[in-house]
Amino acid sequence: MQIFPCPFCGPRNETEFHFAGELGKERPDTTQEVAAPDWATYLYAQRNEKGPVREVWMHLTCSELFVMERDSVSMEVVGSGSLREGAE
Amino acid sequence: MTRYSAFRLLREGLRGHSGWGQAWRSPQPKPAYDAVIIGAGGHGLATAYYLAKNHGVTNVAVVEKGWLGGGNTGRNTTVIRSNYFYPESAALYDLSVRLYEKLSRELNYNIMFSQRGMIVTAHSEPEMEMAARQVNAMRLNGVDAEFLDRDQVRKMAPLLNFGPDMRYPIHGGVLQPRAGTGRHDAVAWGYARAADALGVDIIQNCEVLGLIVEAGRCVGVHTSQGDIRAGIVGAAVAGHSSVIAGMATRDLPITSYALQAFVSEPLKPVLDTVVLCPPFGTYISQSDKGGLVIGGGLDRIPSYGQRGNMPVQETVLAGLVEMMPALASVKLLRHWAGIVDVTPDSSPILGPSGLDGLYLNCGWGTGGFKAIPAGGYLFAHILATGQHHEISRPFDLARFETGHLIDEGAASGIAH
Repeated sequence: MQIFPCPFCGPRNETEFHFAGELGKERPDTTQEVAAPDWATYLYAQRNEKGPVREVWMHLTCSELFVMERDSVSMEVVGSGSLREGAE
Repeated sequence: MTRYSAFRLLREGLRGHSGWGQAWRSPQPKPAYDAVIIGAGGHGLATAYYLAKNHGVTNVAVVEKGWLGGGNTGRNTTVIRSNYFYPESAALYDLSVRLYEKLSRELNYNIMFSQRGMIVTAHSEPEMEMAARQVNAMRLNGVDAEFLDRDQVRKMAPLLNFGPDMRYPIHGGVLQPRAGTGRHDAVAWGYARAADALGVDIIQNCEVLGLIVEAGRCVGVHTSQGDIRAGIVGAAVAGHSSVIAGMATRDLPITSYALQAFVSEPLKPVLDTVVLCPPFGTYISQSDKGGLVIGGGLDRIPSYGQRGNMPVQETVLAGLVEMMPALASVKLLRHWAGIVDVTPDSSPILGPSGLDGLYLNCGWGTGGFKAIPAGGYLFAHILATGQHHEISRPFDLARFETGHLIDEGAASGIAH
């Protein structure tokens, strides 16, 4: 059992969390024509990095999305923060 | 190559097994090959074999960072089946089953393909309707399928829970009679031995560190054993596909997850078919050694660490106990995880990578083992001709731009 840190609720059981996606994806500007490859990149392409990663997770019990930094090989969690801070 | 036969076994038995010889060579890499395949798992080795056998391309190297068959080929639950929904998938996976059916003879290596059938149970009347739809879809696609009622399931797998306290009572199920299990290591070893005999160099402990790119074309690989140039490069590296694509500065529609499996202590024969109960997300078969081989869903945390997490173990094993309460006190012998390459539509990616000279065989996700012969057969065709095979074309990376996804995750209710 792994403990993940919710920035709002503190350390909690991993089963309370849901992986939402990689950090830093920007939705294409739909006021302009968006080419198919750009949609494909936005919708499907993943960096899927081996090693340190920054991801968006949801803490299901408080329904807050937040940023978690961890290592995808050792599974060690480095830290977490609110999306507002994480995006900076 | 020493040909294996009953006569040979008798002869070696009489001389203390001193004359078998090595099944394959351990060559030093040459500076250049016509084709370099990254990854000596089932798909990579099968690709090399079919390149040599079907297309006459024998100047081929398969480079492997560890030992051959040491990744997902040696970590799966050995189930072989083609019970998919869409025509594209049926063509692909049934090609695989048909190749598996004659593989032992073709490779002169017993891969122990046992067509013991696979049952996917249905647990409500609406699920029975979906099961009938699945049977019809499979039959329309030319794949064998039978619709079972409760008594027929009970006859085939009496170990299942038919008691009044079953959380999701069994109403019936879908049987694919030609499905079954195979010896996973033997598939890797058989292809390795046959490819080696045709002149393919299998180079183990040779990690790819980067791609050699000249004038926008991939012309080889930097490895831990030096540079190897290649006319064409094919990657068949499953969970590490994004790492290779990263070397070509490309992002793939792939997320890597750990998929766990379990094997119990050896038991007397209790189960002579493969059973999947979707509501529990657990499936089980019994190996020839007697061990119960148990699998379930993905760990829901992207991972490159080849080990599983506790919550999923609990879910899978709790599901098993509900499915087959008689097994509750059986002890587990081992448990492990492999890193699988999951695509958004649970279908594989075959074809060009976007970087000229580099081709991909990946995205098999949780179902790569069953697809080894077809994956190798089609990937060899792509590498040798530069063109898609009719069966591989729908699985091109381009489908994520055109929107022609083959969503087996939804259609066949892939449990993970």
